[in-house]
Formats: sequence, C-alpha cells, structure tokens
Amino acid sequence: MFVSVKKMMKPAIFGLAGAMMAASVLPATAGERVFGLGKLATPEEVKGWDIDVRPDGLGAPIGAGNAIDGEEVYADRCAHCHGDFGEGVDRWPILAGGHDTLDGEDPVKTIGSYWPYASTAYDYIYRAMPFGEAQSLTYDETYMIVAYLLYMNDVIEDDFVLSNENIGSIEMPNRDNFFMPDPRPDAQLASGEPCMSNCNVSTEIIGRARIIDVTPEDDG
Amino acid sequence: MSRSKNDLIEGNENNVSSDVSPIESVAISRRKMLGGAVLAAGSLAAPSLAKATESNPDNLPPNVSEWTPYLGEGVDVNPYGSPSEHEAHVIRRSVEWLTASPESSVNFTPLQDLDGIVTPNGLCFERHHGGVPEVIPQDYRLMINGLVDRELIFTLDDLKRFPQVNRFHFLECAANGGMEWRGAQLNGCQYTFGMVHNVQYSGVRLSDICREVGIKPSAKWVLAEGGDSAGMNRSIPIEKILDDCMIAYSMNGEALRPEQGYPARLVVPGWEGNMWVKWIRRLEFGDMPYMAREETSKYTDLMEDGKARMFTWVMDAKSCVTSPSPEKPMMHKGQNLLKGLAWSGRGKITRVDVSLDGGVNWQTAELHAPVLDKSLTRFTLPFQWNGEELKVQSRAIDETGYVQPTIQALQKERGVNSIYHNNAIATWLVKSNGEVENVRLG
Repeated sequence: MFVSVKKMMKPAIFGLAGAMMAASVLPATAGERVFGLGKLATPEEVKGWDIDVRPDGLGAPIGAGNAIDGEEVYADRCAHCHGDFGEGVDRWPILAGGHDTLDGEDPVKTIGSYWPYASTAYDYIYRAMPFGEAQSLTYDETYMIVAYLLYMNDVIEDDFVLSNENIGSIEMPNRDNFFMPDPRPDAQLASGEPCMSNCNVSTEIIGRARIIDVTPEDDG
Repeated sequence: MSRSKNDLIEGNENNVSSDVSPIESVAISRRKMLGGAVLAAGSLAAPSLAKATESNPDNLPPNVSEWTPYLGEGVDVNPYGSPSEHEAHVIRRSVEWLTASPESSVNFTPLQDLDGIVTPNGLCFERHHGGVPEVIPQDYRLMINGLVDRELIFTLDDLKRFPQVNRFHFLECAANGGMEWRGAQLNGCQYTFGMVHNVQYSGVRLSDICREVGIKPSAKWVLAEGGDSAGMNRSIPIEKILDDCMIAYSMNGEALRPEQGYPARLVVPGWEGNMWVKWIRRLEFGDMPYMAREETSKYTDLMEDGKARMFTWVMDAKSCVTSPSPEKPMMHKGQNLLKGLAWSGRGKITRVDVSLDGGVNWQTAELHAPVLDKSLTRFTLPFQWNGEELKVQSRAIDETGYVQPTIQALQKERGVNSIYHNNAIATWLVKSNGEVENVRLG
C-alpha cells in the first residue's frame, strides 16, 4: 500500500493527485508573455539566489571537504549551540546519535537517526546556519561541516571527501522509513455518521492540564 | 489587590453560589486583568477630570456616567488606531519553554477573546525560524527560475499590476495542539488551539504568474523560498500551485504585517502553515521534490513503528470551543452562550456538534455566515447552566463528510509521537464554581 520515498523519487511517478486537480492544468503558453510584467533574470542574478541542493545533488556548488577538517570548522561555528559532539546545548537541536529510538517512548530525531538525505544538511546549513549568520559559510566549509556531521553519525569515514560530485549518492540510514502518499483522512468512523445521543464513550477524567502545571501564568 | 470569589459575584443572585473556594488558575488571572468589567466594591474613586480607568458604581444608572459630560479626544490623537486599553489582555502569548530562542519560536492567537471569523492583523500568531527580516519594499524582488520558458524577476509593483484575487483563508501550523498528543498539558484555549489565524488575503494567483513565466511540461514541483535568515524553503506539487495558491501582499485590507511576511508571502489554502513561505523571494520549478529540512527532519509524522509519513500537507477538519474555556470561565448561572471556531483544509464546514457531557449526547450548533472554503467558521450554541459540572466538546464535519476524530482514534492510527496534525476533539471541564480546565477523558 505504501510506496517508499526511494521509489517515489523516480520522476515519472510524481504526478500527484492529477485527477483531483486536472481541471486546473494550464493551457499551452506558446512562448508568449501574457501580462508583460517583470524583467528577465540574468544568469548571474539567478546564480546568486539559487542556493538549493536537491537529493540527487542538483544544485550542489563546486567544492569539497572531509570530517577531519570539518571538526575544526564545526567547533568554531556550530559547537556553541549544538555541542562538541552534536549532543545539543539547552534546547538547540541534537545532531548526532539517536539510532534505534524512533519506535521508542522518546524518539531522538538526528541527522543520523532520521534525516533521509545528506543533501538536506548541506542545503539547510548553507542557507540558515550559523543561526543569525546565514549564508556566511564558504562552499568548502559547508562540505566540511556536513562531512563532520555525517562522520559523527557513522555514515562516512573521517577521511571521506564529500563534494558536489558525491553528495547526491550518500546513503542515509533512515532513508527508506518515510512513506507517502499521505494516508489521511484516517481515524474515521466506519459508519460515517457520528453518534448523537446515549453514545457509548468513556467520560472519566484521566488527565488534567492543571496537574501538569506547565501553562505560562499572566502577570497580575 | 486580591479579590475573593464573593467580590466577583456580589449583587447578582444569578451568579455562582458564594460557598466555593477562590479560583487560583489562569481563570482568576484573567478576572484580575478584567478588573474594569467587575464591580469593585469599596474603591469608590472621587470624581475627577483625570481619566478614570477603574470600574465605579457611580457610572451606573440613574447617575450620569463620568465619560458623558466632558469632551473626549479629537481625531488624529491616534492616527493608527489601537484597541481600548481595557482590552490590553487580548494579546499573542508564547510558551517560553517550547523553543530555544525567541527568533526561532512561536506564539499563539487569543482565540478566546475574538468573535466572528476575522483575526485582527496584530493578533495573528507568529512563527519565525530566523526572526522577522526588515525587508525594504523598493528592494523586494520575487525571482522565478528553473523549468520555465523565461526566468523572471518581479518587483512588488509588478506583483500589484497582476489581476487581483481577494480570499479568506485560515492558516494553521501543523503543530497546533502538538503538545496534547499524550494528554492534557496546556491549560488554555490560546495555547492548545491558537496556532491558527484567518484573514482576507489580497494578491496574485500563482497560476497567473505561471502563465507569465511559461511552465515547462517537465515541471512537477515548486520550491518556495523565503528571504529571511532561515531561508525557509518548502516543496509544493505543481497541481496545488496551479489550483489555488497565491502570492499575497495584503491581509485584512492593509499591507502584510512584517511578522506575516511583508511585503509578500505565499498562500497555500488548507495546507500546513509552514508551507506559506513568508518574505518570499524565489520560486524554483523542478521535476522532483527538494527534500528541504522542513519537509524531512520536521513536518514529517513519526508513527508508532518508527516509520514516518511524509508530505502530509492538508489540515484536516478541526474545531474548538473558545468560550467557555480555561481563559473564559463560567461567570453566570442561567442563560449562557457557547462560542467556537471550526475549519477544514478540505473545504467548507457543514456542521458542528457540541456535547456538554463528555461526548455522550450531542446537539448541533448554529453556523454563522459567511461559511467559506478553507476558512474559519464561527459557531454558537445558547445554553442554560445551573452550576452543574460540564464536559464541553465540539466536533466539526466538513463537506467531504470528514468527522473530527477523538484523540483515542488518532492515537490508535498514529501513536503519540507524530507531533503534527493533532485535530482531535478536546474537552473543557466546567466545574461547579465556574472554573474551566483542559482535561483528557478516557
């Protein structure tokens, strides 16, 4: 019933819910602009803003780095919030470990235990990290940091040179554990019509927010 | 100054009986803040030209109220109007322990204090991942690149020259109610349901922008990207982009608020709020999803077996009772009005049922026009209360026939670790003293 993400990545299968929205498919544009608004983007303009990196490596800028070099960059730019070993400081995210916790009481979702694609780490770190210094890392520094994070998560060896050439072929441990399409609506009544009177439900109180006592109090 | 319960109910024989203990909850905090609405016995202020803000029995009939004889403020005293100072408690609130920093955090809409379906702009909940960028409108650009005939860059003026659409839509964070999966945790309507707002958007159909750039047949996905410090990015299937998505530049008639994406944001009707990229700077057309951080490590729904649902975009039907609620205790016996909101990402709300006894018996509430597609819908139910304990619930049904489920039904399907998409029926316990608490039944 479920299709794994890996299989879904074949482009031919990506026509989502086509029947549902078929009415909105556009007429052919025949190369004509309709409104004459906007200006053509130059290749330089696009290059400056097109920073995303896809799971297959498309968009990865030319560069390379390994975990040995990455350890120093990570210590300098990342460890303050994420800890020397990716363990997380205060409420900042844990980046390493958490293997075999996803089906437990307290799942720890890290790059190693949860993230399905290595490209995501590159894409996110370059665009948004360090927190408050977005897009300040060089391409090589970003590869080094990603290599160090993958090394800490036992995905690659410390001397593996991560680059634009191979980031699209890194196999992440949890990659096959994501499923689509969305199986909702779920949790629906078999009859479709909800009970209106003398319904057979438990009305016993089994939990109270006041007892938990984590609600912020207003002053006054 | 502290008031006893007896002070609150003095002089009204219909009020809650006076032999109950003082309430020490969020509810009493609210009552203290609402001091102006309560009879304050023994604090009779002397008549004065100074603006009085405390309640005063001398204002009541047959006396002439103190604001009547004198001239009030003229025009332009407050060129951009503000709510009455007596409404100062109607604000967004956050839960500090939820997040690591206020720049990557969330606050909540005070649903319990609102009527109708429109959320005032200043009360729309905020969720930022890198703070609110200060975008200069003249320097704002929207870039379209990838699998298109023409890669184009639009100014804000360009966007405003496209044909315009005006539509009401709710925006709900997929994590709304996410703290309640395991049990009743936060004692408030605002904290358990307030990651939703509903405004009228004005802007451009993305299908019109697509016609202008020309979409290549191989384009199946669009990466939407923000210009904020998080560079927020999400993949959206082309079918949704062409169906009803828009680039909005106005909300409720005025320019977007900075915290809501000024000067332009993506509107993805009925789908989780994280996809409604604010301060949007770029749309890239591609032939596969981009698997950004927010659609892989976040906003995927972890099931009990350790596998995760991905691309769970639609916000299923949901409702909440906004009054009575933990912030809106029952103050009067006799006639009362129950108020609430319902919404569905799959279309219009067709019915809302309300139970006062924990789900044993239900009655259908009145839906108030306008009832719009993928918009908050207001419901009310007049009822009588004589001090008995109530277990108040609401249950929304949408035009697809979807029925808002119980938390037990959701837990059975998904376990308790999925964080997102908790649209379960909640229960407010109304105690005999009028206090209201968020509880879990089972």
